[in-house]
Amino acid sequence: MSGSRLKYKGLFIDQSKPIEFTFDGKSYSGFEGDTLASAMIANGEMMMARSFKYHRPRGIYSAGPEEPNALVSLRSDGRLEPNCTAPTVELYNGLDAHSQNAWPSLSFDVMAVNQLFSPLLVAGFYYKTFMGTGQRFWHFCEHFIRHAAGMGKASLDPDPDRYEKTNLFADIVIIGSGPAGLAAAMAAAPSGAKILLVDENTHFGGSLPEERGTIDGSDPKTWAAETLKTLSEYDNVTMMSRTTVYGYFDDNTLGAVEKVADHKVVPENFEPRQRHLKIFAKRVIIATGSIERPFVFDGNDTPGVMLAKSALRYANRYGACVGDNVALFTNNDDGYTTAHQLRELGVNVTTVIDARKSINDDLPQDTNIEYKVGHVVTSASGGKALSTMKIAPFDADAKTIGLESTIKVDALLVTAGYTPMINLCSQTGTPAIFDDEIQSFIPGPATRNWQACGAVVGAFTLDEILTTNKVENANKKAIPLALTDMPSSNKSAKKFVDFQHDVSVTDLNIAHTEGFRSVEHLKRYTTLGMAADQGKTSNMNALAIMAELRGISIPEAGTTRFRAPYKPVALGTLAGRDVGKHFSVTRRTPMHDWHMDHGAEMIEAGIWYRPRVYKKTGETVTDAYIREAAAVRNSVGIVDVTSLGKIDVQGPDAAEFLNRIYANAFLKVPIGKARYGIMLREDGYMFDDGTSWRLSETQFLMTTTTANAAGVLSEMERLLTLVWPDLKVHVSSISDQWAGMAVAGPKSRDTLEKVITSVDFSEEGLPFMGVRDGLIDDMPVKVARLSFSGERAYEVYTPTHFGSDVWEAIMKAGEAFDITPYGTEALGTLRIEKGHISGPELDGRTTMADVGLGKMASSKKQYVGSILKERDGLIDDDRQTMVGLISHDDKPLKAGSHLLSGTDNIGHVTSTTYSPALEKFIALALIKNGSTQMGNTLSATFPLKDEQNSVLVVEPHFFDKEGERLYV
Amino acid sequence: MIIKCPHCGPREASEYTYIGDATTKRPDHNDTDMDKWNDYVFLRENPRGAHAEHWQHTSGCRSFVKVLRDTVTHEISGVSLEGPWQVEDKS
Repeated sequence: MSGSRLKYKGLFIDQSKPIEFTFDGKSYSGFEGDTLASAMIANGEMMMARSFKYHRPRGIYSAGPEEPNALVSLRSDGRLEPNCTAPTVELYNGLDAHSQNAWPSLSFDVMAVNQLFSPLLVAGFYYKTFMGTGQRFWHFCEHFIRHAAGMGKASLDPDPDRYEKTNLFADIVIIGSGPAGLAAAMAAAPSGAKILLVDENTHFGGSLPEERGTIDGSDPKTWAAETLKTLSEYDNVTMMSRTTVYGYFDDNTLGAVEKVADHKVVPENFEPRQRHLKIFAKRVIIATGSIERPFVFDGNDTPGVMLAKSALRYANRYGACVGDNVALFTNNDDGYTTAHQLRELGVNVTTVIDARKSINDDLPQDTNIEYKVGHVVTSASGGKALSTMKIAPFDADAKTIGLESTIKVDALLVTAGYTPMINLCSQTGTPAIFDDEIQSFIPGPATRNWQACGAVVGAFTLDEILTTNKVENANKKAIPLALTDMPSSNKSAKKFVDFQHDVSVTDLNIAHTEGFRSVEHLKRYTTLGMAADQGKTSNMNALAIMAELRGISIPEAGTTRFRAPYKPVALGTLAGRDVGKHFSVTRRTPMHDWHMDHGAEMIEAGIWYRPRVYKKTGETVTDAYIREAAAVRNSVGIVDVTSLGKIDVQGPDAAEFLNRIYANAFLKVPIGKARYGIMLREDGYMFDDGTSWRLSETQFLMTTTTANAAGVLSEMERLLTLVWPDLKVHVSSISDQWAGMAVAGPKSRDTLEKVITSVDFSEEGLPFMGVRDGLIDDMPVKVARLSFSGERAYEVYTPTHFGSDVWEAIMKAGEAFDITPYGTEALGTLRIEKGHISGPELDGRTTMADVGLGKMASSKKQYVGSILKERDGLIDDDRQTMVGLISHDDKPLKAGSHLLSGTDNIGHVTSTTYSPALEKFIALALIKNGSTQMGNTLSATFPLKDEQNSVLVVEPHFFDKEGERLYV
Repeated sequence: MIIKCPHCGPREASEYTYIGDATTKRPDHNDTDMDKWNDYVFLRENPRGAHAEHWQHTSGCRSFVKVLRDTVTHEISGVSLEGPWQVEDKS
């Protein structure tokens, strides 16, 4: 390649400030203001990548985000970022860029052998090769295929940088700061409306640096500078560069990414690398402009072939010259202007090839350029760097070519017209409408409060853009799109349509031949337009070729709708700061520090942290929970139950309300008594269980399971608001206001009696299920005699800020009985021994009857779910019901194991533990028609670990079935 | 999507929980006709266009609102408070 720096100093670079960077480990230099692509061009390196499938050499193709070829990985380790488009990467000192998809090196890539197999690797290769051969063959090949095909690789290291998210609100959001965007901003600014002008580039102004003519008497560059200055003086106008709007969502909500520090070696302290913006806009002006359209010809992907306007941008903005001997292939007048501008900047354009039969006589020509009107480029070749092209006379009507001649060139610039960037408009749901004059799709009518202007609606000239009048301009008329696909004399011509996914005209032909004809099918079968660039440079040509194959017009063939994101968005940016520990909220009970100080191993229970076990020196988890559970049975234990949901239910109709939502009776719960209740969902399955304590005629304190606390509250609110607005009841969550602990075991009464004053702990004073108010010193407590463990037990609640003091007071009072704090494991052990249900049995698929609580359901009233719980399927005899299991082999059982009777899979294990009371490994399980299986032996199998255990089916009450220990 | 809460003003949809179709009517609590309950729990229209639905402002004032939303464009044409505190929508 012969790229170099021009004598002309580019508009955007500062040649007094050199910048050092590396590409594939080799050092290069550029200037401040360069992009990676412009610096590489100036260094004579056009080839930057290998293609996705065939590993063909690929060069820089464009000067913007539409870049299909020059994808690179930036930085390394945790900061590695794959698949960045080189033209949009700003250069900085120490930038470390790498090529992708090439091994061992970019210039010698062994996978380029794929090109030899290219006749095989066409559209549908994978379907045809691997469908029907069985999974094994695919699994064998997959590793090699994944290694060979692809883009950059993501880093496995955590990203050390921070990403932020913010919301913005604006009356008018203008997307794009080219002539249309700036004109719109100038028109709107005096109104005082809050305006947000965003542009994805580093510089505002869009195409203005290359535009000719005058605006308000100034040249476009000057007008842009003055306009930007004027706008910056308005307090109501905010301008954001390096900000890409990637999605247009409901209610005029835009998703955007601001590249805050991507142009720095590392972000400064506390500075995010990127910021995600959610923009709420009253009105949106879409001024996203257009991009140039390529031609399709043999070898059109050779490094050195690139878009014409892009070459002009490299010259004008960065003083970067794409070649020494440059040809330009066009089918429109604008190509001539581009060629002449390039020459003025010092780029040696020698030949202009024009596909049109004839041109207007008044089209200015340059005597240093040879014009080949009525000719087309039929091929470009040179491998890693363009060296020659073939041109031939072209008969557009017959689509045939004459005798080819070979011309030496090192850069071939192509321009087959312009494609409006309607991506964001399309995302709003408006259809794309084919505009015959410009041979492109333009946005249909706005469905929401937005408006498109400028090149995105096909206004390609400054006059059109700034007057908003369509100027009748014969020269502007694009030649039919169908004429961008060039005939070739080469039978194995490689004419690429989608560069990034290596989709060629051959692939489109195959798809057509095999019947994948609708645009949706074609896209999926060939993967055309499905690469990271969303087919920005390829879609229109593909549609034209497809329409041609089917003999229909482009609008008849139709197009697909664009989806967000317009440009790839890093997952880190979408996550923002919600990573690691901050992914969800963490809830700690007031006793958390005490637990930590006493050897607790914590476990996440929903968003709560709860002690799992309190390990003593040398203990395993199993040792610890067995010791803790045994202590409860033998003396006294204490467990933190703060995480239970707590709901205050108040109002004259409180009892009536609970009676309607619990399956058992609640109307006549006496004041000072609690009752265990089960709630069903409207569909009749079990929803939640817990106790409700009647504190007064009109007030209950309801407890729910930890997991369902929020759901139960919402359901109660729904019923009170939408179904029974006449009930005088109010519910509030008081989960955070109360700390709770359960004191369980034969010595629980003795412990609490020592510390809680003003409560009579006698059998009559505080009977089972009784609720009393008391004091510990001057700290108020509520004591309820409830039991989950089966032992005599009390739940003690106190305002949250007294939680740890009350806990410590009870611990002190229990010292005499060697009170043992216990965690969720021992809690599980105790309740499994008693056959009490918990989360694994309340899995949303069980009925009350399934878990042996059918008799609890009231038959004297209706309640939520009472009718639908009688559905045939819910009362079937063959339903899985809860049973107990005892391991025959004295081995631990695994929750989730399948239970086999012979070879019949009849259910699964729900909860398992070692029972210190039975000195056996036991479990709860749900099995088909459980009551008929008592005394039978089943096989508990866990295929993932290849484990089988022989188990005995028993009643799910392993311990103290009569409940005598509640009164010990 | 933004839903205008009658208490809290315009708030983003992520603050709300979708509750369901607002056109279904729960049978009388003491109704024992299983078909009616089946219809209430399981049967839903899936209209294209205007639709009334319930949302709860769970991360806000927790009130239930009836939202008139176009299922095609997601355009919201009205929001009103539900329950005993129902007031006229003044928007």
